This record gives sequence, structure tokens and C-alpha cells, in this order.
Amino acid sequence: MKSDNIQLQQKLTLEIEGMHCASCVKLVERALKKVPGVTKASVNLATNKAYIDSDKEIDINIAKNEVNSVGYAIKDTSRHSENNSEMDQDPSLAEMEKARQKMWLSWGFSLPVAIWMILEMLVSPWPNMYLFNLGILILSVVPIFFPGFATLNTGFKALKNRTANMDTLIALGTTVAFITGPLSLLTDQINNYAGVGAMIMSFHLTGRFVEANARGRASQAIKRLLELGAKTARVLQNGQEIEIQVENLKVNDIMIVKPGEKIPTDGKIIEGQSSIDESMATGESLPVTKKKGDTVIGATVNFNGLLKIKVTKIGEDTFLSQVIKLVEQAQGSRIPIQEFADKVTSVFVPVILMLAIFTFTLWLAFPDKLSQFSAIFSFFLPWTKNIAVISPLSRAIFATIAVLVIACPCALGLATPTALMVASGLGAENGILIRKGEALQTMKDVKAVVLDKTGTITKGKPDVTDVLLAKTAQILSEGSLLQLAASAESGSEHPLARAIVEKAKKDGLSLQKVTAFKAVSGGGIKAEVSGKKIVIGTDKLLQEENVNLKEFDSNKVEQLETEGKTVVHLSIDSVYRGSIALADTIKDDSQQALSELKKMGFSVFMLTGDNLKTARAIAEKVGIYAENVLAKVMPDQKVAKVKELQKKYKVAFVGDGINDAPALTQADVGIAMGTGTDIAIEAGDIILVRGELSLLVSAIRLSKAAYNKIVQNLFWAFFYNIVAIPLAFLGLLHPVIAEAAMASSSITVVTNANLLRRTVIKT
Amino acid sequence: MTPDQIIILLSGTLGIIFTYWFFFAGKDTVLEAAGPKVNIKVDGGYKPSVIKLIKDKPVELSILRSDPSDCLEEIVLPVWNIKKFLPLNKEINIKINPDKKGIFPFHCGMNMFHGKIIVED
Repeated sequence: MKSDNIQLQQKLTLEIEGMHCASCVKLVERALKKVPGVTKASVNLATNKAYIDSDKEIDINIAKNEVNSVGYAIKDTSRHSENNSEMDQDPSLAEMEKARQKMWLSWGFSLPVAIWMILEMLVSPWPNMYLFNLGILILSVVPIFFPGFATLNTGFKALKNRTANMDTLIALGTTVAFITGPLSLLTDQINNYAGVGAMIMSFHLTGRFVEANARGRASQAIKRLLELGAKTARVLQNGQEIEIQVENLKVNDIMIVKPGEKIPTDGKIIEGQSSIDESMATGESLPVTKKKGDTVIGATVNFNGLLKIKVTKIGEDTFLSQVIKLVEQAQGSRIPIQEFADKVTSVFVPVILMLAIFTFTLWLAFPDKLSQFSAIFSFFLPWTKNIAVISPLSRAIFATIAVLVIACPCALGLATPTALMVASGLGAENGILIRKGEALQTMKDVKAVVLDKTGTITKGKPDVTDVLLAKTAQILSEGSLLQLAASAESGSEHPLARAIVEKAKKDGLSLQKVTAFKAVSGGGIKAEVSGKKIVIGTDKLLQEENVNLKEFDSNKVEQLETEGKTVVHLSIDSVYRGSIALADTIKDDSQQALSELKKMGFSVFMLTGDNLKTARAIAEKVGIYAENVLAKVMPDQKVAKVKELQKKYKVAFVGDGINDAPALTQADVGIAMGTGTDIAIEAGDIILVRGELSLLVSAIRLSKAAYNKIVQNLFWAFFYNIVAIPLAFLGLLHPVIAEAAMASSSITVVTNANLLRRTVIKT
Repeated sequence: MTPDQIIILLSGTLGIIFTYWFFFAGKDTVLEAAGPKVNIKVDGGYKPSVIKLIKDKPVELSILRSDPSDCLEEIVLPVWNIKKFLPLNKEINIKINPDKKGIFPFHCGMNMFHGKIIVED
């Protein structure tokens, strides 16, 4: 990429070999700053990485030489340009691999410890008590202090900052356990729990690894979104095709997209026609046909045609960026039910630490009474039998460690966010964007769904409904009338004209050549088709054009008009030949979706500015009860209508995001129906990318399923802690079992959230 | 109750009181935002953990996580609907516009590490 005259901020990461102290860091940083173009260099000792900012491409060989000259080496020259750092989420694959290695290293030492300890429990200490204790102690050093170092470090560093987290509990639990090791060599008053500490650390690392994996799966959807975009684009510059990075695209650039390629960014087709797979953006599973003048979405796949596309949106303004932003926002949003869990987690660890001291104190003060109690369970909890014969101090340590490691704030902390994350990801894949997490909770109380008619239940654009032929115009069939009208109208951009042309195309009628086309503002059009003079428009226009209206059937026309249809008339060579009626038609899936909503127990209302008769005709077709039709509602009265209904129900309002914004905001749950690429809608709690009502049903299903998951997760997390902590306090839980239970409880919560992906939300 | 037991119980009580004081009555490090950029270090907690901002003066929080623990890998600012992944050793910038007065907490992904933003006139 040539960038001589463009100032490009570049970021580069290099791996440095041979560093071992803080002064090395300074040396390497200084060396890197000597490289031409480098504006900033910072080196991290822990990761052996150098992070470089530069204002131009830097020569990696110069950097290598500079670093070599101070005694270090650059290991890897793999670079990743991070111009788009907003979108760059750390895939942390390397971190995962490290976590896996740590886990296995830890088990490599903990497993022999476990076997040795079990032998001691079942037979006798081998070769003798002293060597057994010493051996266990030595083996335990590795799991606790090497793979476990990061945990200890974070745990104790948190304490230094007068705060505490999960790691603090594990760090305290394992170090207390470990200290009993050396002490046990000095006095037989103390049992050796160093091996227990090693096993706790191993379980902790295992739990963390599995949980991180599961969380990775939960955030998969958004990661996939981030990876969707194309990396390069082919643009036309001075008549030549050149390939450039997507980041360097500018608005109004002309892109060339070949069949099978991804469309690099949002744009408008200026040449060509193709079917486009938009499933990744809108969830629409069938390819969409697009032609000149249509807008296309970046990251969608061009199937079969060669397209020339003018760039309309780049960077953060693109559809995909907006979706990612919305999903991220949703994941950061609050759900009321979470508040209590939040209050608990924010004080959880300190409270557990106090409880641990309490446990230790009571066991030390009243060892016999407490062990008498725990001995009751010795039949099925073998370690409680053991507890009565060991010293009071060891008994106290045993129970305290168990309390420290059983408490699981993670499950509480993960319960809601993970479910929300999976839900928003799953939604985004299906064309449902959850803007506010709160909507998931409110949705469960919603009893009434209010739908705007135009553009929500109906298509919001006219379709040809009837073709009327003049009485004596039998020579003309409906088809040929339509063909003539469509041909004449083919040059017009008027919505009615487009509807007529579309209908003709749908019926497989070919268009004839038009000459002398003229649009009459507010009236219609005049044109010549195959030598015939055609006038299409209002009756007034036809009168003005001195058309012979002898066969004009005003009764029939009037009847059509009372049905809410718009009627245009056609004359050939100044004789009236027929009329075409157009109306806003119901979307294909509206009826099914609405009956689904009724099955789900919602009262369905329709709101429209139309007169009652027209509104009821539509309502009847889609199965909305006549009394639930709110007709003649002017746009500014929509909010008032919603408010009125809110006196009786919790209300979800469904409408388009622009005209209906106030009503969407007023409703308990506002569901905005997007059309195509415009999802930067500020109103609405949930956005449906496609204007299909079946998507509304899916969105409601998704909300309900997600909320159920959140409730299940929170219940499990609370239940687990409420039951397990007292058991540990009473000395009934072996610390190793406690830790294993702890690790599996947070895994359970995350896995349960992941199960949400199995929910069938499509109708 | 034997004297031993009384001593044990008393020390335990003191220990609990100390723990309470240690975590809940500690002083936070407060930083008043002087410029348009606030640097927050994430290392066993947030430094500083209390940030004072002036109403209607947008700032950019520049957050650097140097703690490898995945406990701290996300930061959540609920009032602004922000949840960000913090890659290790990489500055993440978050722009916020403090348009209303009040105390707004922020925390890690699991709500165990805390900080707050105080917006004043």
C-alpha cells in the first residue's frame, strides 16, 4: 500500500526476545524510538511485547538492527495493522492456550499428590509420616506458585487496593493450606493441607479454563460479526481497477464487486444487477435481488452479477458497525432483576472473608460441639469421621479453607450478563437487535401489542389490486391494459407508477418502448407507446386532455375508493379504456404472525389514520378484532392512544422508527421496524432489521427465553451459595470438593446461558 | 466458657471488625479530571477508582489493563450502557459525556472491582 502523502497512524506489535528486567524495557524502548517513523514505543516485560505507534510504514529491518544493537532480538515480524482498533477485540487465543498449559502443568503435580493422599487415607502414610508430609509439600509448590502465580498475584494485589475478588478467596485458601505443609513438619498438632491447596488450585485453573471457553462461545456471535467485513475493496480510479484496504475507502468511491465476492461497505448500485445474500446482516435466508439504484449492505455476499457500487457509508456509519455498536450497547445495559445480584456481588467477597474468620473462630473455640455435629454425617461423608480425631486447630483450618473456596461470586456475576450476551448475539444473527436489556424483563409483563398499520401490518407502499376495463373495451384484456400502462409509466419514479410497473413485471408482461414521455405534476403522465397516445392519471387530468369519458363507470370507481384504494384512469388515443386501483397491501406473513401473537396470549391492537371502514377491512383480513381497531388516529395522537391503553395493560408498540418515535418511547416496550439499512434509530428498545411481522414473533420469543434463562441462572447462583456456604461452615465439605463444586457452578451458569442458542425463535 | 475460648472469640470479633473496616471504610484514590483525558490503570483494581468530572465536559477515559487476570478483562459503565473488553496491555479509549450530575459507579464484568465517577457542576 502506498501512502506517501497520506498521514496514517499505524500500530505495530513486535515480540522481543531476551528481556529479563525493567531496565531492559527502557533499553528496547529507546532503541525502537530511533527507528524512522516511530512516534511511540512501549515495551511490556510480562508479555515480551513492544507496542509501536508510527506515522508511516516502518522498516522492520532497521528495527531489528536497532534492537539487536542493544542486545535483544525481535522474534516475530508478524504485524497487524490496527487502524480499526475499535473493532479489534482481542481473540485471546494465545491466552487461552496459556491457560490450558497452566491447567495441565498444575494437574501434572496435583494428580500424584491426590493419589498419594488417598493411599495415606486408606492405608497408611508411605514411607513414613514425615517423608509423606515433606513429599506432598514439595509437589504442591509447583501448582500453587507457578501455574497459580497469576491468581495469587491478582488476589493479593486486590487486597493491597482494599478490594477483593474471586482470586482473593482462592489465593487465601491455597496459601493457608500451603502454610500448613511446613508447619506439619514441625508439629503434629497441624495436619498437612498443602496437597489440598494444590488440588484446589488445579480445580480453580480448570474451572477458569472451561469457563473462559464457554464465555468465548457466548460472545461468538459478536466476534463473528466483527470478522464479517471484507478486508480489501476493488475500486475504480482513473478508469483503472485497483485494490485498496477497506479502511481507505471514501464516500463516493466506485467499487467493483464480482460474483461470489463480499461487498466491502454500504453503497448504492450504479450498474448491474445481482442476487445478494444478506443473511449475515438481516437474517433473511433467501437471496435478495438488487438492481441499479438499490442500496446494498457491506459484508453481504454478491451471488451472480457484476456490480458497480458507489460507496455511501464508511467506517462507523456502516450498517455492520451500527449493528455491532447496538449489540455492544445492549450488553452494557442493565436489567432490573440483576440489581439485587449486583448488590450481593459487590460486597460478596469481603463478607465471605468475615465469614471465614467467624468459621475459624468458632471451630477453634468450640471444636468438640461442632465436630460432634458434623460426625453425624460421617456415614456418607467419610472426611467428617476423620475430623474428630485431628487437632482443633486443623479442624478450624479445614472448615475455613472450605468456606473460602466454596463461595462463588462468579456464578452470581455471570448469570445475567452471559445470558444477555448470548441473547443479543442470537438476536443479531436473526435480524433482531436488542437495544436495551431491560426490554427482556418488561416483555414478560406485556399484555397488549399495538401495531401501527401502515408499513407494519401493511407494506406501506401501494400495490395494484384491481384492473377495471371500460365496458366496450373488450378488445383489451386486463393484461394488455396493464402492459400498456406499465410501459407508459416505466419512466416515472412515482410510487404508483412503480407499483404498476412492478405488477406488470410480476405477471411476466414485457414493456414496450416509450416515446414522448411527460409527467403532469399532481395529475399523472402522458406518453406514446407503439404510436398510441396514452394518458394515465386522475379523472381531472383525463378531462383536461379532452378524453372521451362515455364509458367511465363512476359507481365502480367510487366503490373502490371507499375501500381506501387509489384509482388511476387510462385513455388510449383520447378514449377512456379502463382504470387501475392501487392500495397498500398486507404483508405476506402478517396474518400468520398476528394469529401467533394471539395464541401467545397477547391482545393485538391496530392503530391507523384511515377511516374506520377501511381499517376494519384490513383488520378483518389479518384477524384483529373489530373493537381493537383504533382508526382515525392522527400521528400526534398515537402517544395519547398508547397512554390510554397503558392504563389497562403493559403495552408493546410496534412501528417504524422515524414517524412513530414518540409512541415507541411511550410504550413499555418499543419495537421499531427497520427498513433495510437504516437501523441507527434512537427510539425503540428492540429493532427488527427486516420489516416482517414474523420477526416480531421471534423477538418476543427470544425475549421470553432470555429472561427465563436469566431467572434460572440467578436462582441457581443464589441457591448454590445459600446451600453450600453453610455446609462448608459446618465442616461438612471437603475443601477439594468445595472447590470442584465452585468451579462447576460458574461453568453451569455460562453453559446454561449458551443453551439459549438452542431456542427455536423462528416461526 | 474458659478464658481460652473468650480470648479466641474476642480476637475473632476483632478480626471481623478489622475486615469490615478494611474493605468498607477505606479511602479511595480520587482523581479530578483536569484535561479531556483521564488515564485509568487496571491492576488489581482501578487506579484511580474515583474520578471527578465536571458536568457537560466530555472526557475520554483511557484505560490500560496490565493485570492478566480475566476478572478484570471487562469494564462496565452501566449509566452510559458501556461494556468494553480490555485487551491486556492495550489502551482502550472510551468517550463519555457527563450530562447529568450524580455518582455513577463502574465495575468489572462480574461486579467485584468497583470505581465511581462523580459528576459535579
